[in-house]
Amino acid sequence: MNVENKIAKNTKGQIEVLEAVVIRFVGDSGDGMQLTGTQFSDTSAMFGNDVATFPNYPAEIRAPQGSLYGVSGFQVHIGSMEINTPGDDVDLLVAMNPAGLKTNLYAVKPGHTIIVDTDSFTKKNLEKAQYKTNPLEDGSLANYRIIEVGMTTLTKEALKNVDGLDNKSITRSKNMFALGMVYWMYHRAREHTIDFINKKFKSKPEIIEANTKVLNAGYYFAETLELIPNAYTIVPAKMAPGTYRIIMGNAATAWGFLAAAEKSGLELFLGSYPITPATDILHELVKHKHFGVKAFQAEDEIAGISSAIGAAFAGDLAITTTSGPGLALKGEALGLAMMIELPLVVVNVQRGGPSTGLPTKTEQSDLLQAMYGRNGESPVIVIAASTPSNCFNFAYEASKLALEHMTPVILLTDGYIANGSAPWKIKTVDEMPEIRNNKVSEIKENFHPYDRDQKSLARNWAIPGTPGLEHRVGGLEKDKVTGNVSYVPENHEYMTKIRAEKIKRVQNYIPEIASEFAQKGDLLVVGWGGTYGSLYTAVKQLNDDGFTNIGYAHFNYINPLPKNTEDLFKKFKKIIVCELNNGQFVNVLRIHFNGFEFLQHNKIQGLPFSNSELTEKFKQLVSVSE
Amino acid sequence: METTAIKQYTFKDFASDQEVRWCPGCDDYVILRSMQKALPEMGVKKEDVVFISGIGCSSRFPYYMDTYGMHGIHGRAPAIATGVKLANPNLSVWVITGDGDSLAIGGNHFIHVLRRNIDLNIILFNNEIYGLTKGQFSPTSLVGQKTKSSPYGNTQPPFSPGELALGAGARFFARVGGNTPKEMTTIFIESEKFKGTALVEILQNCVIFNDGCFTQYTDKAVREDKQLYVEHGKPMIFGKERDKGLVLNKLKLEVVTIGENGVTQEDILVHDAKDSDPTLHQMLVRLDYPLITGIIRSFDDITLGEREDDLTAAVKFNSKFKKTNDLFFSGETYEVK
Repeated sequence: MNVENKIAKNTKGQIEVLEAVVIRFVGDSGDGMQLTGTQFSDTSAMFGNDVATFPNYPAEIRAPQGSLYGVSGFQVHIGSMEINTPGDDVDLLVAMNPAGLKTNLYAVKPGHTIIVDTDSFTKKNLEKAQYKTNPLEDGSLANYRIIEVGMTTLTKEALKNVDGLDNKSITRSKNMFALGMVYWMYHRAREHTIDFINKKFKSKPEIIEANTKVLNAGYYFAETLELIPNAYTIVPAKMAPGTYRIIMGNAATAWGFLAAAEKSGLELFLGSYPITPATDILHELVKHKHFGVKAFQAEDEIAGISSAIGAAFAGDLAITTTSGPGLALKGEALGLAMMIELPLVVVNVQRGGPSTGLPTKTEQSDLLQAMYGRNGESPVIVIAASTPSNCFNFAYEASKLALEHMTPVILLTDGYIANGSAPWKIKTVDEMPEIRNNKVSEIKENFHPYDRDQKSLARNWAIPGTPGLEHRVGGLEKDKVTGNVSYVPENHEYMTKIRAEKIKRVQNYIPEIASEFAQKGDLLVVGWGGTYGSLYTAVKQLNDDGFTNIGYAHFNYINPLPKNTEDLFKKFKKIIVCELNNGQFVNVLRIHFNGFEFLQHNKIQGLPFSNSELTEKFKQLVSVSE
Repeated sequence: METTAIKQYTFKDFASDQEVRWCPGCDDYVILRSMQKALPEMGVKKEDVVFISGIGCSSRFPYYMDTYGMHGIHGRAPAIATGVKLANPNLSVWVITGDGDSLAIGGNHFIHVLRRNIDLNIILFNNEIYGLTKGQFSPTSLVGQKTKSSPYGNTQPPFSPGELALGAGARFFARVGGNTPKEMTTIFIESEKFKGTALVEILQNCVIFNDGCFTQYTDKAVREDKQLYVEHGKPMIFGKERDKGLVLNKLKLEVVTIGENGVTQEDILVHDAKDSDPTLHQMLVRLDYPLITGIIRSFDDITLGEREDDLTAAVKFNSKFKKTNDLFFSGETYEVK
């Protein structure tokens, strides 16, 4: 097929300036799409763009080649303006095989560009992708700009003079060809990626040569063959000055704990068991033995939290990391930590549930489990991070709250922000708030382990090794003064209430909730956790379009809720609570604030909200009142 | 390093002010007193001693010790204790558990703690029954045993704690009768000295739900004839007359009588608890006549803590990261002006 007939030619060298662009790279799970996408986003960030990324990969490690369910994708949103989501509709799709095209075509904006590797459009691959006819030939793609490139052939051609490469290494480097093309199209320098290749394959000079050659080949191919109508550029975004790096949510979470440990002067202990999508926090923390981090991979989820409880008892900053099914297993031990009132952070990187659910997809459906998933009256602090980079802040905050209030804290993130990446203006430990703790180091007359701070109600933390403060704690109800086992009815009621009151008083130590955009008006959009980017973008767009009667309140503190929550709610005629679940936070709000009618917008597809679904919904709600 | 003198304690220093609430006549009293007597002999500071327990009759133990302690949740004491020890390697950490706690609900933690060889002591009160829930069969109950949950007889074959432990890689295993406080005290002291996970199985009589479960071995009248208390480096001889002993006959242990059929004391096997090969230890554990008590295995091996310390020291030495800022500003950063 003659490609040039499909594409209107432009003058070479013309560069069009765009505000933002969404690019999605898709291929087989072994095609290196995650790496390709990461390279493109890192390069763009260093160029000065704001970026947000989102990987979308199958649960299978290497699903059968060419299959629809084996497609791995990576989406990058870059902009010269503020970018808060990885974007919905795609401006450029790079499809390395028919399955990738088939499963991702829906996302491409009509009239926009798709680059395909024609070498992969074989009869066999078309069958695997369940195409009856070849979409490149049957006219079904008439609404798009198709750029057909024999990437496998061109890669082989580029490498014909490189010695020491087997066939597999040759075909595996074709992702670099695609990346090279996209670099030319978006006017990006190749240096960052060449540096990366040199570092990654330090001991394999032939692989360095191959990847570099193919990257360059793709770049020059795009430039010289005039297949591509335009080159585009996205100028640097206006961002606060400072030193930045691109960080993934899970890494930011891990680093928040490192910072909290350093600030508090405590050693960091992690007890964990591998589970998708939380394992990267374990991967990150095991690297940091140089900071004295004790990362213990336990035999199961229960041992993960139990070892952390032991470490907290012995005086460490103790954390455990998991995802939904793991939180279910940790429930009993979490109740113990709550009962004995030890500082402990439990990170739940939420994924699609119930049961094994959708391990690699995102959802916010563990909120009620976090709030109530334990036997007995068992309140704990629950907070949620809302962007990949503020996972750092909330991991730090979770540690601070746990230590200062002597209680377990559940930190909720989700697969979307945990695996997503964004620029992070690097925080130093010096600029983070102080972290106190309740350790008792001297022998006190009449010491009791359950003596409490009058304001916060946090108990003493006397750790083993401290002479004269020997005491016992345990899961049995304890006397309010001595901490010894007590079955006295009134004492149990007193202790139940004081444990609840201790958590409630955390309200005095957390920020108030504020509305972004309208401070009062017709509609308050309410969200929590990882949906911040989507909701913020939608409300901002509507405000820009003149809907200045819409406000937006995003909750990072779930239990307890900010003190002024009700006051804020009163300022709006309607409230809509948007969640990636069947309605969990909204029910928590209904329990607390029964005088309001809470509307809902819920999505349970393992996917984030799209901008259009939100703006349409919100517009309907305000237009009725106008 | 300066070493501070350790106060000379007596058993009273280790008794808490809490009233002990086990059934009258329970062997748990013997175990508690033996521990309180052993601790002053160990050369550890009272504030460095931590008892961690699970759930069950035995697991009330920490409340009665005037040390640091935690009464945890069912089966998880080895995992909690692992966290305590990793957090502070200077502590002397003791796990108190029962046959249900460690071999049923906590079976997973039990085998993994032994595999890792972290420096803890585990005292397993084996009474072959669930006491606190009032008399159900446990994973060590015998086939045919009638209990509240097996009124027609138990159909589930039991674990042997020692066999399971050695199979899981235990470096230290001792067994002792619940009515022999002197031996128990000695074994507690030895288990504290041992660097690694030391497991002590106590044959503990439950007077209420499984009375007499070990009488055939532990009763004073038969003890010397039915038990062989092994000691490292000593010939394995038993019997009231000290005339019975163990020899290896092909792949089986055999009881012989010294002075009969030309058997002399020199023919009797000498106990080698420190052998890295656990084969003979397994055979001793499996024997039911005589029942072997004492320290059956005590093989000095590198501990989890030592491995971790070595690794941490090497990583620290080689790393350019001293503070988190070194990490945060390392690698690919960029400036926005």
